[in-house]
Amino acid sequence: MSILINKDTRVVTQGITGKTGMFHTQTSRAYANGKACYVAGVNPKKAGEDFEGIPIFGSVKDAKAKTGVNVSVIYVPPPFAAAAIWEAIEADLDLVICITEGIPVRDMVEVRDRMRRENRRTKLVGPNCPGVITPGEIKIGIMPGHIHKKGRVGVVSRSGTLTYEAVGQLTELGIGQSSAVGIGGDPVNGLKHIDVMQLFNEDKETDAVIMIGEIGGSDEEDAARWVKKNMKKPVVGFIAGITAPPGKRMGHAGAIISGGKGTAQEKLAVMEECGIKVTRNPAEMGRTLKSILK
Amino acid sequence: MPAERFPADDRTTMKIHEYQGKEIFRKYGVPTPRGYPAMSVDEAVEAARKLGGKVWVVKAQIHAGGRGKGGGVKVARSLDEVRDLSKKILGMQLKTHQTGPQGQKVRRLLVEEGADIKKELYVGMLVDRGTQKVVLMASAAGGMDIEEVAAKTPEKIHKVFIDPASGLTSAEAADAAAKIGIPSWSVQQCASLLKALYKCFLETDASLVEINPLIVTNQEKVIALDSKMNFDDNALFRHPDLVALRDLDEEDPLEVEASKYDLNYISLDGNIGCMVNGAGLAMATMDTVKLFGGSPANFLDVGGGATAEKVTAAFKIMLSNPKVKAILVNIFGGIMKCDTIASGVVAAARETKISVPLVVRMKGTNEDLGKKILKDSGLPIISADNMGDAGKKVVAAIKKKAVKKKKVVVKRKVKKKK
Repeated sequence: MSILINKDTRVVTQGITGKTGMFHTQTSRAYANGKACYVAGVNPKKAGEDFEGIPIFGSVKDAKAKTGVNVSVIYVPPPFAAAAIWEAIEADLDLVICITEGIPVRDMVEVRDRMRRENRRTKLVGPNCPGVITPGEIKIGIMPGHIHKKGRVGVVSRSGTLTYEAVGQLTELGIGQSSAVGIGGDPVNGLKHIDVMQLFNEDKETDAVIMIGEIGGSDEEDAARWVKKNMKKPVVGFIAGITAPPGKRMGHAGAIISGGKGTAQEKLAVMEECGIKVTRNPAEMGRTLKSILK
Repeated sequence: MPAERFPADDRTTMKIHEYQGKEIFRKYGVPTPRGYPAMSVDEAVEAARKLGGKVWVVKAQIHAGGRGKGGGVKVARSLDEVRDLSKKILGMQLKTHQTGPQGQKVRRLLVEEGADIKKELYVGMLVDRGTQKVVLMASAAGGMDIEEVAAKTPEKIHKVFIDPASGLTSAEAADAAAKIGIPSWSVQQCASLLKALYKCFLETDASLVEINPLIVTNQEKVIALDSKMNFDDNALFRHPDLVALRDLDEEDPLEVEASKYDLNYISLDGNIGCMVNGAGLAMATMDTVKLFGGSPANFLDVGGGATAEKVTAAFKIMLSNPKVKAILVNIFGGIMKCDTIASGVVAAARETKISVPLVVRMKGTNEDLGKKILKDSGLPIISADNMGDAGKKVVAAIKKKAVKKKKVVVKRKVKKKK
């Protein structure tokens, strides 16, 4: 099963003709079932053309009608990315994964509000994220595929390379992953930790989860409280930014301690209280997970 | 993660001065006192003369808050006094709770007409992450440190989560005004100020707007006596007029230098320079250093597409901090290949003639090739297998160096005795 995506997913790439879009379409297509999964691209100016055999359509709607895609991945530059997200939502896809970094917050506030107001069923992952991978089946995004291994541990994180770090540690210990989800480092985004935890909880092919957070906001605390009440599977946690000074944005737009809120210490305390096995050493995420597996 | 990147978008939030914020406020119909900026004592006196009246306020313009308490805001009752105070404030090293102990040099002033204050209030706006809406925060506790009010007496802050579709309604604005104790005959005035402020927040792509204090004068006028505006870096591409307001004197010179190379750099207090790819991994690396008893000198994310030039620039920036006693490089190669980074690190180490211990941890694509390049370089690079190992090794390297120095001192002493 896995969550969000699997070998039967059919993907349309928005921004397939840009430098980033081309590069990651190539590597994603080369991974596992990618050849069958990547079936369409979108560029209104290049409709009718193709990218290495992948047909390009004028709109997401067109791509869906002609190829039956159900998931979109977005590499469109920031000024146009919010509009691209909305186009995929209007086409009523199951899932939109927005990789683009640097989208204005105001644009995201508008898109998220419209999604809620119109009660759209489409899920959004990102923006400013590495994407989602179900090892051995499909990779959608910019993560290095070869560090993953098919298995039964879920990974969810706001950070790209820190997700790779966790996955790399698991794979080195011989522990495979069911799905790894990068939800992105922006303050206003789609799926949050809590949403992904719910999906992992329901997934029959996931036995345990590594939840990685960072300073800023209170998403990790919300997820931890939900875990305490509902989660049937063990969870290991790590929060980056114990050493981050307040009031400074640590790379990610959303990684900021403001008004004394959103500190790593606070998040770790709540997670521990809620029965999550936390480690303060990022080199120990994999081993900590191994220690709780039966 | 790097998709199509726009250069210089990757800094901390852009801030502007109070006088610049007030100019923007006036454009949107948010009333402020009359005033002029001044870069010299003569300009300050001229500003006061142009304003007329008998009372002026001379305000230091730095990006940090708490200027009044630090002695950067003074009332003058004659032009001579304006001159004296301006002399004192211009060039002073103003220390506030936000500047740190070293303070910030005052290079600009704002000279304003004096205000006849009856009531001091607080108004602020920012994007609330939980609700994903702009939140208006208003409080009767004006002129105070609002973070302290929020922590100790959150009930004193009235919040309105603004519906993006309908905007801040007249009813909501009037209700907020009444809740913070605006007298009934001034409620409409305050409500239109709040609506203007919301429009200003949206159209400038602000990330934070604060008026502290918002005042009611004895003439029953509602006026923004202060202005703080921060902007969303991601939206600066559509606001060249705002970008022009950036004051590089107010920013950390190393952070400014780093932004030229599209590097995400933040100065910290420790002595271990850290270069990492990815913001989350960079924070985690700092945490690891701390975990093993060290202290990071900086946060530095080289991003996904680091070239040899970028790595060299990163090394130069880290090494220009005299506190740095060792450097830790932690790379998880995904798209970025380890051999590329290794070549960059070797070139940078050679070019900067690095004299502090250098610990490198590399993982991912072409890892073995990268390690070989480091080894074959003949440079004294300490290689680490994982993050924990890297943290331990870099802390140990500093201690070893310190011990060596001590030993040298002891030997010398012994010699003297002889």
